Amino acid sequence: MTSKLKMKNVSKIFGSHPTKNLHQLETGLSKEEFFKKTGHTVGVRNVSFEVEEGELFVIMGLSGSGKSTLIRCINLLNEPTAGSILVDGEDITKYNSRELQEFRQNKIAMVFQNFGLFSHRTVSENVGYGLEIRKVPSKEQEEIIQRSIEAVGLKGWEDKYPDELSGGMQQRVGLARALANDPDILLMDEPFSALDPLNRREMQLELLELQRKLKKTIIFITHDVNEAFKLGNRVAVMKDGQFEQISTPLDILKNPANTYIQAFIKDIDRSKIIQAGHIMMEPNANVYVEDSMRIIIDKLQINGLATSYVINQEKEVQGIISLDDALVALETGKEMKHIMKDDYDSVAPNVYIQDLLEQTINSRYPLAIVLNDKLVGVLPREKILASLV
Amino acid sequence: MFEFPEKLNFHIGNYIDMLVNWLTVHWAGFFDVIKSGLLWVFVNLNDFLIWVPWWYFILVVFLLACQYKSVGSGIIYSAFLFLIGMFGLWEATMYTLTIVIASVVITIIIGIPLGIIMASSNRFETFSKPLLDAMQTMPSFVYLIPGIFFFGLGLVPGVLSTIIYALPPIMRLTNLAIRGVPKEVVEAALSFGPSKWQLLRKVQIPQALPTIMTGVNQTTMMALAMVVVASMVGVEGLGLEVLSALNRIDVAKGFEAGISIVFIAIIIDRLTLAISESTQSRTGKGHK
Repeated sequence: MTSKLKMKNVSKIFGSHPTKNLHQLETGLSKEEFFKKTGHTVGVRNVSFEVEEGELFVIMGLSGSGKSTLIRCINLLNEPTAGSILVDGEDITKYNSRELQEFRQNKIAMVFQNFGLFSHRTVSENVGYGLEIRKVPSKEQEEIIQRSIEAVGLKGWEDKYPDELSGGMQQRVGLARALANDPDILLMDEPFSALDPLNRREMQLELLELQRKLKKTIIFITHDVNEAFKLGNRVAVMKDGQFEQISTPLDILKNPANTYIQAFIKDIDRSKIIQAGHIMMEPNANVYVEDSMRIIIDKLQINGLATSYVINQEKEVQGIISLDDALVALETGKEMKHIMKDDYDSVAPNVYIQDLLEQTINSRYPLAIVLNDKLVGVLPREKILASLV
Repeated sequence: MFEFPEKLNFHIGNYIDMLVNWLTVHWAGFFDVIKSGLLWVFVNLNDFLIWVPWWYFILVVFLLACQYKSVGSGIIYSAFLFLIGMFGLWEATMYTLTIVIASVVITIIIGIPLGIIMASSNRFETFSKPLLDAMQTMPSFVYLIPGIFFFGLGLVPGVLSTIIYALPPIMRLTNLAIRGVPKEVVEAALSFGPSKWQLLRKVQIPQALPTIMTGVNQTTMMALAMVVVASMVGVEGLGLEVLSALNRIDVAKGFEAGISIVFIAIIIDRLTLAISESTQSRTGKGHK
């Protein structure tokens, strides 16, 4: 993997003489002290990070944490006061206006919180805006517009004006407009924050789906912890213009860097982040169909299990038996196939906990975690419940 | 003790006077070119308006009103125009219309680009705001005086002072309209890397159009208001009718000419507003 975007010590100060007051930052003044002393506002303070090609990188922070300022540095809607921003190895802060135009036309596109749609243009004219700017031949424009509109599921709405669409649909237009340019990097500034919860959920899933197909490098801003952890390959937590921690969602959850992050993730909905595979147990006894009843009972008793899945040599699940049934069968001489039950539930390891809560409650047995038809683990109810707190 | 000391008398007017004299002498050629250009436009436009049969003119206004307002307004406007004809003021009205149209077109051609420059340069904005205030508050008669020096009596100084008087609203509103385009929309437009001209043509001007159209409407109304004043330097038309009625204390004639101006004002105002609103419903959608 190569790094697509690299930010080095980027700072952004707002005010009449930003560069003059830059050195004050190094003295470690807080945001408030800095403002009192200089009358300038710190937007971003000495931020460095790298984003790999095809990565979905989420920057999370509360309002005023500088995340919107930071993302606007990446396409130079905000010019950083200090630091360098390398895209494909080129420092974009050194671009002249001509190079900057080309960079924006070809490499980067942005989706906005309040959509930023052009109210005087129809859906397809909005989507085609970037192509017009690049002077793409009109025949080609039409094809790309059609393809982009279909990709976001807005077919049939081409000739409507933005104010005739719902919020969710408007943001689809925003997304289609950004994708039409086929950018390497997609900047998304709280794109789903203005949507209602249902629409937001749907758009999140669609974004993940699109990302699986398109493999863009995405920088995604949100103030919603759940959204950040659901979407991000890696997440950066931002506070007062600085990064507090950059890591994978699971790692942040397990090893929060400081108390601020601990507080942040306290009300996170873990069931939307933890997958079955993260917390499943290795099956500690392999019970095979051809095992004799005596051996099965031994295996169960040694491991202190009340039930066990029965597998064949290919590790495919055949059924489930309980210790009680096995003991009865030993006395009555019943065969395996007569006491084996099949009212168990099996799920894939990448299923989120929230999606198997219902199965957990209804099922009498631990869940079977199955990948490519093979049993890879079991997930008892206690384990699921324990993961949620 | 209580009066302002006479010793401190100073007359800036003298210097303005000197400047005007100097301009009259040294820039005569320039002013002649402007004069003949304006006259050419004006004479042709006026000839055309007078050439159009009166009933045809009324019909066009009626149809425009039907299209953009309602049949009812169409009938009322037609009746207004018919009355003007019955007063015997048709030609004077056409003359007045010519001045208004000519001044407004020229004002728009000058004003909108200046407004756009104002919107893109803070320095130009700070510089021109007091100037615009002065242009609007200075009694409009005052513009007529140097106009006479530069262009003599008649139409041209009238049109020019009308332009000066009607320029501020269109400049101000164009500036305001472009600055008023939502920040996120401009950011979105910029994020695709347009040139300044593309940004202006594809996003800023269309987004600003409804407000700019309000400016055009205001400019038109101010031009119409200036027509009466301009009659003082010998501009013909309805204004001159009013002025001569005033000189002769002829109430009847004054009223007829005055009410004709009101009729024309109503028709122009309502029609331009309705037309600008129809552009708003198409372009100004979804301003939130």
